[in-house]
Amino acid sequence: MTLPLQDPQLATETAGQPSRRAGFLRDVLRERKAAVIGLAIILFFIVLSIVAPYISPYSITQQTCAVYAPPSSAHWLGCDDGGIDMLSEIMQGGRISLIVGFAATLVAMIIGGGIGILTGYFSGAVDVALMRVTDYLIVIPDLVFMIVIASVWGASVFHVIIVIGILEWTTTARIIRAQVMSVRERTYVKRTRALGAGHLRIIGKHILPQVGPLLMANTVLTIAIAIYLETALAFLGLEDPTVTTWGTILEHAFERTAISSGAWWAIVPDGIVIAVLIAGCFLFGQAIEDGLNPRLKVAHLSVRRWRLRPLVGRGPDAI
Amino acid sequence: MRSADYVLKRGFFAIVTIFVAITINFFLFRVLPGSAVTDLSRVPHASAKLQHALTVEFGLDKPKWQQYFIYLGQLAHGNMGISFAYQQPVTHLLIADLKNTIPMVTVGTLAAIVVGVFTGVLSAWRRGSPPDHVSTNAAIFAYAFPTQWLGLMLLIVFAGTLPAGGMSNPFVFGTEPFWQHLGDIAVHMILPAATLMLTAYGSYTLVVRSALLETLGEDYVLTARAKGLPPRHILWRHAVRNAMLPLVTLIALDLGLIVGGALLIEVIFSWPGIGLAMYTAIGQRDYPMLQGGFLILTVSVIVLNFAADLLYFRLDPRIRQ
Repeated sequence: MTLPLQDPQLATETAGQPSRRAGFLRDVLRERKAAVIGLAIILFFIVLSIVAPYISPYSITQQTCAVYAPPSSAHWLGCDDGGIDMLSEIMQGGRISLIVGFAATLVAMIIGGGIGILTGYFSGAVDVALMRVTDYLIVIPDLVFMIVIASVWGASVFHVIIVIGILEWTTTARIIRAQVMSVRERTYVKRTRALGAGHLRIIGKHILPQVGPLLMANTVLTIAIAIYLETALAFLGLEDPTVTTWGTILEHAFERTAISSGAWWAIVPDGIVIAVLIAGCFLFGQAIEDGLNPRLKVAHLSVRRWRLRPLVGRGPDAI
Repeated sequence: MRSADYVLKRGFFAIVTIFVAITINFFLFRVLPGSAVTDLSRVPHASAKLQHALTVEFGLDKPKWQQYFIYLGQLAHGNMGISFAYQQPVTHLLIADLKNTIPMVTVGTLAAIVVGVFTGVLSAWRRGSPPDHVSTNAAIFAYAFPTQWLGLMLLIVFAGTLPAGGMSNPFVFGTEPFWQHLGDIAVHMILPAATLMLTAYGSYTLVVRSALLETLGEDYVLTARAKGLPPRHILWRHAVRNAMLPLVTLIALDLGLIVGGALLIEVIFSWPGIGLAMYTAIGQRDYPMLQGGFLILTVSVIVLNFAADLLYFRLDPRIRQ
């Protein structure tokens, strides 16, 4: 799965000025409203899933109302097919969804970042071999591949994490590789090497800080993809049947005739919650990537407020 | 000569990728422990004769490395084993399903491209204006909503007015003239294809927007403006045409996503395609069907990618030099 703008070609053009990671992030947050909104959404869901068991109104293992009871003042989002409060389910279901999203992304970033840095830094046979593997994996349809692996391994949260992690690193590896290759050729890196710095020092002191923001943008975008894929795998029955996640909520609603019962409340809020979190990751990740690509700030021809006017040097105004 | 080189190179890549997929497919199912997964001959309720035939065909009593070459040979003859659940050849079943999947996916993808291009051009052209904000935010959200949720929403909204499942009305089948049957299928296709369109178009909008913003910053656009060409002419003839190249790349890269989305959509709308067959196979532990479905979908994506490569080559003269 590839996101727009996650384009290796763009990454090579991001050879901007050396910047410290924290300073760059502060700039992005100051300049872009989208980044602030995105980060706020992500933090909100992290906090929510930590405190959910303490603040959710009902238990998610015990029946507290009638089957498919509509929304009421006692149960704001109604109840599901087992008479379990939907609001509590969504609040607590986010825990596993988020854990899967973050853990799978961690796996993907370790593989993708590692391979990207290694292949970008050491060109040669290793580079060629690893990039071929990446090329092949990128073409194979990932959800279909995941279904096959997960159904052979069996349904469990751990398997879902591993399956997503080992297949979602390819785009990251390519983008990081392109960036590392351009950093490697810069004069100050060459000078450092001439002064006798070892590979570890060059990678740690000079390469990593340069690919840091890009890696962060990819991490955030991959979290969105991982959460999305978790809901898809859960929908196909490949998630551990004993846990509640945002994915299994949709699966149960579909399997247990929520639609023919007219129980829209078992479907609508869950999807909106998933979409808001994914859009939040998307806004934040995209804002970082845009901040890395100053070329987008220039447009010789664009109609703004129904009038023709050049936009040279104007700060980005939309996403 | 150059173009022959390019075609050969991409063709070779496609063939190697198919080979890699086949190899993954073999090792995933045969080398893992557990004979229910690894043994193609364990068709439930099968006669001893059928089991023996499968054992001989796939060399199941031979060492794994020999089995691998026998498997390649059998695949070359279109033999993918016997479905555990249906007791019929997997190839027959899946080819029939593939014929149902292709029209739905084609219609959905074309609709997504058309919608994506128009909203993307509108966004870049009226950059920073309310239409831009509406179309970019709609694209982000369409992209963010899970495919299965979009499908369920369309089901809730249109359940009474449009057919909600299957591919044709079982009660009119066979007696009516051909065009009426076709119309019936088309009506059944509206909701699945619309879901696929909603899933896929968002990323097209965003990529067309950003590609167009880049081309609008090129010097030839400035030159065209300086020459006094009408803005619309510059937009469609000079900028949009050049902004289409990243879209071709994205469509090729997104094919995997579309196939995955189509699988979920077929499950929701009971569209009798290859995705529904794989979903059913998960529940029935019908491993030969799963294996066959994975292989057919992967090979389709690889072949279409190859086609996109050739198209890109046609469209962009720069890589010919």
